[in-house]
Amino acid sequence: MAARDQHGSEAPWDQGFRVIGKENRKVDGMAKATGEAIYTDDIQLPGMLHAKMLRSPHAHARILSIDTSKAEALPGVIGVLVGAELPVRYGVIPWTPDETALAVDKVRFIGDEVAAVAALDEDTANAAIRLIEVEYEILESILDAEKALITPEPPIHEDRKRRDNISKHVELEFGDVEAQVSSADIVVEEDYSFHSTTHAAMEPHCAVAVANSDGRLTLWSSTQITHYVHRALARVLQLDPARIRVIQPCLGGGFGGKSDPFSLEFVVAQLAIKTGRPVKMLWTREEVFYAHRGRHPMKMHYRTTAKADGTITGVDAKLLIDGGAYSSFGLVTTYYSGQLLTGPYDFPNYRFDSTRVFTNRPPNGPKRGHGSVQPRFAFEVQLDEIAQRLNIDPIEIRRRNFLGAHTETVNGQRITSNGFLECLQEVEAASDWKARHGKLPHGRGIGVAGSMYISGTNYPVYPNKMPQAGVQLKIDRSGLVTVFTGGNDIGQGSNSMVAYLVAEELGIQPSHIKVIAADTDLCPVDLGAYSSRVTFMVGNAAIDAARKLRHKLVEAVAVAWDVAQKDVRFMDGTVVDLSAAARSMTHVEAFHLAEEMFDTLGSTGAYNTPTLGGDYRGGTIGSAPAYSFTAHVAEVEVDTETGRITVHKVWAAHDCGRALNPMIVRGQIEGSTYMGAAEVVLESHDLNRFGLHAGPSLLDYRIPTAVDTPELAARIIESIDPEGPFGAKEAGEGPLHSTIPAIANAVFDAVGIRLRHLPFTPAKVLAALRAKEEQA
Amino acid sequence: MLRLPKFEVKNPATVEEAVAMMMEIHGEARFLAGGTDLNPNMKHGLFTPERIVALGGIEEMFGVGFDESGNARIGAMVTLAQVEQHPDLRRAFPALCQAAKLVSSPQLRNMGTLGGNVMLDTRCQWYNQTYFWRNALGYCLKKDGSKCHVIEGGSKCVAAASNDTAPALMTLNAELEFATTSGRVRMPLADLWQADGIWNKKIPHTDLLVALHVPKPAAGSRGAYGKLRDRGSIDFPLFGIAVRLDFAADGSISDAALCAVALQARPWPLKKAAELLIGTHPGQASFNDAVEKVAMLAAKQCRPMPNIPGDHEYRHLMVPVYTRRTLHAAAAGEGPVHHI
Repeated sequence: MAARDQHGSEAPWDQGFRVIGKENRKVDGMAKATGEAIYTDDIQLPGMLHAKMLRSPHAHARILSIDTSKAEALPGVIGVLVGAELPVRYGVIPWTPDETALAVDKVRFIGDEVAAVAALDEDTANAAIRLIEVEYEILESILDAEKALITPEPPIHEDRKRRDNISKHVELEFGDVEAQVSSADIVVEEDYSFHSTTHAAMEPHCAVAVANSDGRLTLWSSTQITHYVHRALARVLQLDPARIRVIQPCLGGGFGGKSDPFSLEFVVAQLAIKTGRPVKMLWTREEVFYAHRGRHPMKMHYRTTAKADGTITGVDAKLLIDGGAYSSFGLVTTYYSGQLLTGPYDFPNYRFDSTRVFTNRPPNGPKRGHGSVQPRFAFEVQLDEIAQRLNIDPIEIRRRNFLGAHTETVNGQRITSNGFLECLQEVEAASDWKARHGKLPHGRGIGVAGSMYISGTNYPVYPNKMPQAGVQLKIDRSGLVTVFTGGNDIGQGSNSMVAYLVAEELGIQPSHIKVIAADTDLCPVDLGAYSSRVTFMVGNAAIDAARKLRHKLVEAVAVAWDVAQKDVRFMDGTVVDLSAAARSMTHVEAFHLAEEMFDTLGSTGAYNTPTLGGDYRGGTIGSAPAYSFTAHVAEVEVDTETGRITVHKVWAAHDCGRALNPMIVRGQIEGSTYMGAAEVVLESHDLNRFGLHAGPSLLDYRIPTAVDTPELAARIIESIDPEGPFGAKEAGEGPLHSTIPAIANAVFDAVGIRLRHLPFTPAKVLAALRAKEEQA
Repeated sequence: MLRLPKFEVKNPATVEEAVAMMMEIHGEARFLAGGTDLNPNMKHGLFTPERIVALGGIEEMFGVGFDESGNARIGAMVTLAQVEQHPDLRRAFPALCQAAKLVSSPQLRNMGTLGGNVMLDTRCQWYNQTYFWRNALGYCLKKDGSKCHVIEGGSKCVAAASNDTAPALMTLNAELEFATTSGRVRMPLADLWQADGIWNKKIPHTDLLVALHVPKPAAGSRGAYGKLRDRGSIDFPLFGIAVRLDFAADGSISDAALCAVALQARPWPLKKAAELLIGTHPGQASFNDAVEKVAMLAAKQCRPMPNIPGDHEYRHLMVPVYTRRTLHAAAAGEGPVHHI
C-alpha cells in the first residue's frame, strides 16, 4: 500500500528511464489544441434547462422575505429554488460548516447567492431572477479586517460558540523568541501587507446535473476536488452518496479557485431533482469574481533577530488575515500562514500569532501557494534588509542559514530531499549575480528570494485512515491499460503524469495507456488537486498499482520461457529475454499469457503519508511527505519619473525532486512566476466604498497580457526525493512564492526603496522615492 | 456568459438608407460599426436597442483617399488596424496612427473602426458595469439613476471621453462628415463635443458619421501620441495626449497643437499651452524651457477625476510627465509615448 516502502529513487532496472524525464506530449494536448476536449459547458443534454442565480446587492443584510411567485409565473420558467429548501450547512473543512447552497436567513457580501431559477433558456432565466422580490433588513457591513478584529457586533456568523468576527486564531511558539532580542546583533522589525488577488482561471465555473427516475444523480462540475463535492452533495441534498456520481470534465484552470464545493453544484442538482430535467448553470466572469476564494489579504508584522554573520536566531510574526464572508479553507490558511515558513532556512526560535477574521467581502480561500505566499513575501524582504544592513550578499545570507536535507524544522516538519542550495547557485550563475547585484545603473536592479512548499500534506480534510490516493489498473487483451484515478487534472497534467508512470513501470508505451479520471462511480478515491499533492500521492499510488501488475506479467512470461524472472524485461512494449537475446514477444502477447495464468488482470495501488508532524495541536497541518524548494532572481527597471516597475526577466530555479516531464515542469515554473509577478505590479481584487467589487471583469482586473510578461528562465533542479514517485516532488505552486519578494528586493537594488506593501503601484513607488529624497 | 438583448439587424447598402432605418422606428436603434464597444455595452444593459443598423455593407464608408491638394478622406468604417498600418497616413499624420495603434488589442483593432472610436461612448467606473452591479449600486446619473458617484451631489455627468484617436484628430483639425435626415453636414471635430458625459456630442446618435476629412499637414509637420495605461495592451487610456508641431524653414516651431483625453466628457485642447511652443527651436534651450512650461500648464489645466478606474491623483502626476515626453517625441519624429 505505501509505495514508498517498495522502491527507492532509482529505476528498478539498470538502463535508465524510457518515459520518465522525456518531453512527452500531454495525454490531452491534441484534444485541447483542436477543441475536441469536452469542458463542462460543452455538455448539452436533451431537455436541458438553464439556471441563473439571484445574488445579494447588499454587503450584509437579513433576509426578511422572498417572493418568487412572479418568477414562477413567467412562461418558460420550470423551477425556482430558495435557500430554505437546502438549509443544511456545509464547508470544505468539516469543522467550519458555515455556508449554505443559497442564503437562508442572511447575506454576507455583495454577490452572495440568494435564489435560483431554471428555465428553458438563459434569457428567460435571467428575466425571471429579476422578478424575484426579496425584502432585506440592511445590517452594518464590515469591509476592513482591522475593524472586524475589534468589532464583535454585528457578528457576520451569528450561531457560533464565540460571538465575534474571529474566524480562527492560532498561536504557536517553538523555542524562545523573546530571549533572542537582547542577545541579537541585529533586530529588524517591520510591517508588511499583501492585498487581495484572484485566480482568473480561463474557464468560468460550470455545473450540469441529471436526476434519473431511479433516484440516481449525476453531476458534471468544473471542480478541482471531485471527492469533496461528492461528500458535500450527499450532505446538503441528504442523499445516499452511493446514488450520487460526480464527474469532472476537462477543466480550464483552477489555481485553487475551484477547490471549495460551490453553490451552483447544489443548485443544479436540486433543480434537476425538482424539475426532473437536466439543469446547467454557467457562471459569468463577474460571478466568478464574487465566488472568488482568492488570496487572503494579510497585514503582517515580522521581527527577525540575527547574529552579525547573518545567522537567524529568531523570527516572530503577527498576522491579521482577512477571511471574507465565509470560512472556506480558512482554518488551514491560518495554520499555513505560520507553519510553512520554517524553511529553507533554519529558524532556531519561531513564533507566530495568526488571526483570521470575517468581513463582508467575497470569501477568500486557497490560491496557488495557499496561505504561505504572503508570509514568504514579508520574510524574504525582511531577510534582504538584514543582509543589507549587515553588508552581507543577499544570496550568501540565504546560504548561511540553509536548513539542510534530511532534517527537521523547528516546528517539527520532516525535511527529506532539499535542493535549495543548488537552486540558489543556479539563479546566481544564470543572472550573473556577482557582477551585477549592486552594480547596475540607478533605476535597474536585481533581487533574490527563496522559498519552500509542501508536496501534499498528511492532513486529510476529514479525519480518516484510508489511503489519500488510490489507483486502479485494468488490462485489455488489445494491449491497452486503463488507469482509473480519482485525481483531478486541472491543466497541470496529472493525467499525463499517471500515464507516464504506469508506462514506465510496465515497460510499455504511453500511447497504450488510457486514463479515466475524476469520476466517482468509476475511480478510486483521491482527495483532489490541492496542496500540490497529486504528483506525489497519485504518482506513488500509480507506481504501486503498476508494480503489482508487472510482477504478474513478468511471472507469466518467465514461466512460458522457462527463465528466471530477472531475465524478463518489458521495454517500450516489447518483452525481451535477457538470457537469450534473440527471443522476444510483444507486451500484448505477455498480457495474454498473464491472463491465462491469473485470470482477468487488474491491480490496485494506494498511497498514504507516513506519520508526520509535530506532536501538538495543528502539528499535522502543513506537514508534508516532501517539500519543494525554489530560488528566484528578478531583474527590474524602475522609471523614477512615472514610478512604473518593469520586470524584465526572472530566473527561477525549482527543486521538483525529479522532473517526470521537464516540459510540463518548466510550464509550471513559468506559469507560477508569471502569476507571482502579476500580483506584484498589476492585479488587485478591490472593493469600492460600497463594498461592490471595483471591476469584476477581465478588462478592469488587470492580468498581464503577453506584452506585460517578463522573460522567464525556468531551471529545473533535481534533488531526487527518496519517497517521491521516481523521486518527484511538486512543481505547481512552490515556484510562485519567491517571485514576489525577489521583485521587491530587486526594486531596492534598483532605486534604494524598501516596498513592504503590495501591490507596488506606480503611485506607491513615486511616494517612496519622494520620501527617500526628503530623508536624504 | 453575459447575454445580448434581443434586437433586429438591418443591413443598409447606402448611408441614406442607414439614416432612414434609424429614424423609422420609435424605439432605440443603434449603428453597428466594428461592435467592439457596442457589444459589451449591450451585454451590460447600457444600450437595449430594438434595432441594430449594421454599416458593413455601405461602400462609401470604407477606404482612405487623398485629393489633389493632399487632404485626406478616411471612411468611418476604416479599421483602426488599417489606420495604424496605412503608409500614407503614417507619413502625414503620425499622431493619429500612433493613437490608433494604442487602442485596445490587435484583435479589437482588426474589428474596431476609426469612426467608432471617434463616436465612442464616454466611460466611467460607475457606468461600464453589468446590470446586476449597477442595480446593487443604485445606478448613476449617466444611466437609470439620478446620483453621480464621481462627484457626490454632482448634477452633471463627468464620464470620460476615452477615445485615443479623438485628441490626435483634434490636433490635426479634422472635420467630420455626417449623414442626417436633412442631408450631409460637415463640421470641425472641435465643434462636436459638449461637456455632458451622458452624451458628449452635439449631434444626435441617429446622425451617421460617414467619413473623416483631415487637411493636408504643413510641410515638415510632426506629431506624436502619449498614452498612460496599466497594461501594455487592451486598456483604455488613463490619460492620453496628442501633439502636432509645424516647423518654419529655420527649424523653429511655427504652429503647435495639443489635446488631452481621458479627463472628463470632452477631449481637452490645450491651446494656451501650445502657444508657448511657437517660435522655439527643438534641440535648443528655448524649446526645452517651453516644454517645461507647457507641462506645468497642462498639469494645471488637466484635472483627472475619479471617473475611470485607477488612482486619479496618480493620473494627475502623470499629466506633465506624459506631456513633456510626448512633446519631445514629436519634436524628434518619434513616438508613441507608452511604457512598452
